[in-house]
Amino acid sequence: MTRTVKNLTLKVWRQNGPDDKGHFETHVIDSITDEASFLEMLDVLNERLIDENKEAIVFDHDCREGICGTCSLMINGQAHGPQRATTTCQLHLRSFNDNDTIVIEPWRASAFPIIKDLMVDRAAFDRIVESGGFITSPTGGAPDANLIPVPKPVADAAMDAAACIGCGACVAACPNSAANLFVGAKITHLNLLPQGQAERYKRAEAMVDEMDEHFGSCTNHGECSAACPKEISLDVIALMNKDYRSAKFKNRKQLSRK
Amino acid sequence: MSTATPSRQPVTGTAAAPRTRRPLLLDLYGTAVGKKYAMAISGIALMGFVLFHMIGNTKMYLGAVELNEYAEFLKKLLYPLAPKESVLWILRAGLLGMLALHLHAAWSLTVLNRHARSVRYQSARDYQEASLASRSMRLSGIVVLLFIVWHLLDLTFGVVNTVGADGEFVRSEVYANVVRSFERWPVALFYVVANLLLGLHLTHGAWSIFQSLGWNNPRFNAWRTAFARGFAAVVVIGNISFPIAVTIGIVSV
Repeated sequence: MTRTVKNLTLKVWRQNGPDDKGHFETHVIDSITDEASFLEMLDVLNERLIDENKEAIVFDHDCREGICGTCSLMINGQAHGPQRATTTCQLHLRSFNDNDTIVIEPWRASAFPIIKDLMVDRAAFDRIVESGGFITSPTGGAPDANLIPVPKPVADAAMDAAACIGCGACVAACPNSAANLFVGAKITHLNLLPQGQAERYKRAEAMVDEMDEHFGSCTNHGECSAACPKEISLDVIALMNKDYRSAKFKNRKQLSRK
Repeated sequence: MSTATPSRQPVTGTAAAPRTRRPLLLDLYGTAVGKKYAMAISGIALMGFVLFHMIGNTKMYLGAVELNEYAEFLKKLLYPLAPKESVLWILRAGLLGMLALHLHAAWSLTVLNRHARSVRYQSARDYQEASLASRSMRLSGIVVLLFIVWHLLDLTFGVVNTVGADGEFVRSEVYANVVRSFERWPVALFYVVANLLLGLHLTHGAWSIFQSLGWNNPRFNAWRTAFARGFAAVVVIGNISFPIAVTIGIVSV
């Protein structure tokens, strides 16, 4: 198999901390195989920077298998780069042309403050999951498998929503920094399944209210779904809106008894 | 034993503490999702208005008598059961309320969204799905709002209309007022441009309604875009036909 070798110019965002102004820094990558992944290219660059006694570029990464949701990066104005349904770690240099200039920026949202260079703090997502992204599960012996019947189409739809890895590409891609796709996915995942019914409406209300503390509002551009490495559908946002409305009415009925 | 149930904190430790409750509608309007409901509902009301406004105005093609009688009919809606103009004023008040709600929700959501990304992207974005219509909602909305103001000054209050033959703007002579207004080509052009932008606004807005209200069903999802485009096309084609008809002389005094 012949290996194609590419030369690339990188414009990388460098920022020395949350309060630093930040700037783009240009680096030239000479002859790198296009079988390298995007993050491997950054590894190669970082090795060189360390050899030159310069500070390595800070970026988030973990599993490098496209399933953990840790990697990020706005690449040429697209979250996770030009290839659809792909995380940055699974993006390879074959998606780029020889002598391309690639601009790399961190996710930008007020709720995702930059820690350093390309690394952002996505704790706002944790706050949202804490507020309702769980189910009441009985302790004790493990129940028999398939004890609770779940219709196949429901299981499929819930699984599609559960594919969300919480990377934050939806927020990064959204012109309004809205997290509706993420929250919609979490709510859809649990609210469709029988196991999630106990907290269904409390969950919808709590998670949407928490989302409101951090993020912008949905204007139905569809950028989130296009950027999502797991191709979560905009349908989850509609379900979230519906359950939030129901929650407002249902919860009030319960609370009025106080 | 009948003891009063003590009020308890939420069972799960991580659940948020109960928030202070406002009246239902204010509570709903307090969040971005609730404001989108307000946008959608007021949008539906305004869409109903533009549709029937357009349909009513096609009476212009039937001549001056028909159009002026239609204007008179609107004043006498439900008359003599209700006093003259009372129903009309109720409709006007509802419409103005819906417009105010639409504007306030749009304004506060825009402010929220600006705050949600205080530092913008420093490199060019490469949008994949966002359309011209969805990206220009604020611009098209502002132009349509300015157009509404002009339109009222022109044909309702007569402030910017050319003065009638008797030197005075007569409001009930709708047909003559429309023709006199559109005989000025810059006015006709502004009318056409504003309505094209209204159409752009509607192609995104009429689709957005379904998402914002949580009306999602695989059986009709494919029709949501078609409905939005169809609705926008009907309103725009009807509306821009009037100044064009006057300009090319199909409709004249």
